Amino acid sequence: MKDRDEEILLSPIVRTGKKFYLFIFFLAVLVFIGYFGWAYQLKYGLGVTGLNRPVFWGLYITNFVFFIGISHSGTLISAILRISKSEWRRAITRSAEVITVIVLYIGTFNIILDLGRPDRAWNVIKNGVFEGRIYSPLLWDVFAIATYIIASTVYLYLPLIPDIAIMRDRISKRKWFYRILSLGWNGNDKQKRRLEVAISIMAVLVIPIAVSVHTVVSWVFAMTIQPMWHSTIFGPYFVVGAIFSGIAAIIIAMAILRKVYHLEEYIKAIHFNNLGILLLVMVLLWFYFTFAEYLTTFYGNEPMEMAVFYSRLIGKYAPYFWIMVISNFIVPFIILSNKKTRTISGTVIASISVVLGMWLERFTIVVPTLVNPRLPYEQGIYIPTWVELFLMIGCFAWFILFYVIFSKLFPIVSIWEVKEGREKMLEEAGERMKDYLPGPSGGVKSKKDLMQK
Amino acid sequence: MTRWGMVIDLDRCTACGACVVACKIENNVPFSSPDEASKGRAISWMEIISVKEKESNGFKISFLPRLCFHCENPPCIRVCPVGATYKNKEGLVTQIYPRCIGCRYCANACPYTAKYFNWYEPEWPEDMKKSLNPDVSIRTKGVIEKCTFCYHRLVKAKEKARVENKDLNNIEYVPACVEICPSNAMYFGDLDDPLSEVAILSRSERAFRLLEELGTEPKVIYLKEIKNER
Repeated sequence: MKDRDEEILLSPIVRTGKKFYLFIFFLAVLVFIGYFGWAYQLKYGLGVTGLNRPVFWGLYITNFVFFIGISHSGTLISAILRISKSEWRRAITRSAEVITVIVLYIGTFNIILDLGRPDRAWNVIKNGVFEGRIYSPLLWDVFAIATYIIASTVYLYLPLIPDIAIMRDRISKRKWFYRILSLGWNGNDKQKRRLEVAISIMAVLVIPIAVSVHTVVSWVFAMTIQPMWHSTIFGPYFVVGAIFSGIAAIIIAMAILRKVYHLEEYIKAIHFNNLGILLLVMVLLWFYFTFAEYLTTFYGNEPMEMAVFYSRLIGKYAPYFWIMVISNFIVPFIILSNKKTRTISGTVIASISVVLGMWLERFTIVVPTLVNPRLPYEQGIYIPTWVELFLMIGCFAWFILFYVIFSKLFPIVSIWEVKEGREKMLEEAGERMKDYLPGPSGGVKSKKDLMQK
Repeated sequence: MTRWGMVIDLDRCTACGACVVACKIENNVPFSSPDEASKGRAISWMEIISVKEKESNGFKISFLPRLCFHCENPPCIRVCPVGATYKNKEGLVTQIYPRCIGCRYCANACPYTAKYFNWYEPEWPEDMKKSLNPDVSIRTKGVIEKCTFCYHRLVKAKEKARVENKDLNNIEYVPACVEICPSNAMYFGDLDDPLSEVAILSRSERAFRLLEELGTEPKVIYLKEIKNER
């Protein structure tokens, strides 16, 4: 007595083809390349990277900021859509939330990669947290990211429980695994009510946590007095950039899932259109913040800030900067502002462009400031080496690998939420509509009238 | 309480580099190959940086020995997540090497780029290993290091004074760079003692401090003649 939703959405878990194993093998090789780079770096020290004095931070910190930025896709967007009762969210929240959880681990791992003595990372807890050195912005990061990892994992897990129970009952393989994770869910009213309360509490909690995380990441830079890092708008600027790249990441992931797992019925053009509009809003916000930041610096004309400013606009880092402007603003703006081009492939192209542009943005924030320190006699150069590139490839492959494995263990589209939408929400949304309309009970006579319309 | 500080007279400095060498020998600073040095990996707690100055007929290059300024208000200390860099009770900004995790946040926060990182395991030519200074600990790869105002010399001087029952406020303590300076361009002493040489010089009208506007209050003071070109 399988129904259609379950059949389609569980099929990626039930059936696994040869192509899948080949793809996993390919990703595993890339991850191994990354681990090789790491082993090499651990053996010989950070000298094998392109870092130097004064460019003490490079690709690893860029990737850290980038990945933590991407993490703002899932949990935050999903929470906002849940709270605002946007019914179109049902098919896409799960695939978005997973991105957050995986990417947070990879972002944090990039900090470990960057440490000169990763074997002493425990000191951050031992000497930092326990001895109360709360004045270091890096410790704020530790607290914020740890909270975010826990909150977003719980927020991913809660709506997963009813689906795990479905799998426990329907799927023959890995029964023990699903039995443990389903926590004895049987779908009675008491459990449902509790789950609903838990999800709505988490949805509210997760929003301030997500905003704080990227604010604190920006403060790692803004709390120093280095030119063009010491900026008051860095907090909101980073949060906007994070949500921006996050939405782009969701769109790309959705398009791939739709194609590979044949989810055309679930992830529809309307989802891409709606997220595309949201992305367009972020394009404009991002441009506004960037413009405000650069104009203030330029107008102030402080020599040390101008050194960084010019190295970004016309100097060594101009290619990065202008590609960033094109791919963060011009390309997505043109595509997304036109209804005709805001199609599935249109939004995907815009999203790829945004993800690339946001990576470049992180790079142009981290490196040019360090290349032009306050004492202008100590100029730096920075060219990443193969070790850093290997590790970057490894991190991206690792992300895709974990995402693919998750989609093979759990339904990537929430089964029970889609069902609930179909069974209950049409009526409930209609009732809600009544409240918006003028007159007692919206001037609508009965439920029947409404349903007929 | 003594406030150790240094005065460097730029009009006397010949940029001979003796201070740089003396510092490296005194503090067991590892060697680096020319290739690594060109990448900006060389460690040199004391460094002579060249400053290009505009003159009426072209440019003039002048030199400026740059070490850690042991700021009163150091930006590097606040950002350290493990307390590896701290201001000790003598007011010197020092580093606990075994605690440092090598995140290099302090190095990025220092406006004077006075901090150095051990990109590799430190190395010396075989013959030189025997002449390493036993008073200064050897750093491992992956930690930050910088000038300590030869703190080990202060510890030693205090011990000596204690053994000889002398006044602890009147001890002989100068860093290696000041000791070696052949043109007597460097002075070291207590900035809080109004009659000390450094305090008198620091009040001179030739005195200035680097990037003073940042409010870091460096304890290294430069002297340079003020020119009125017109």
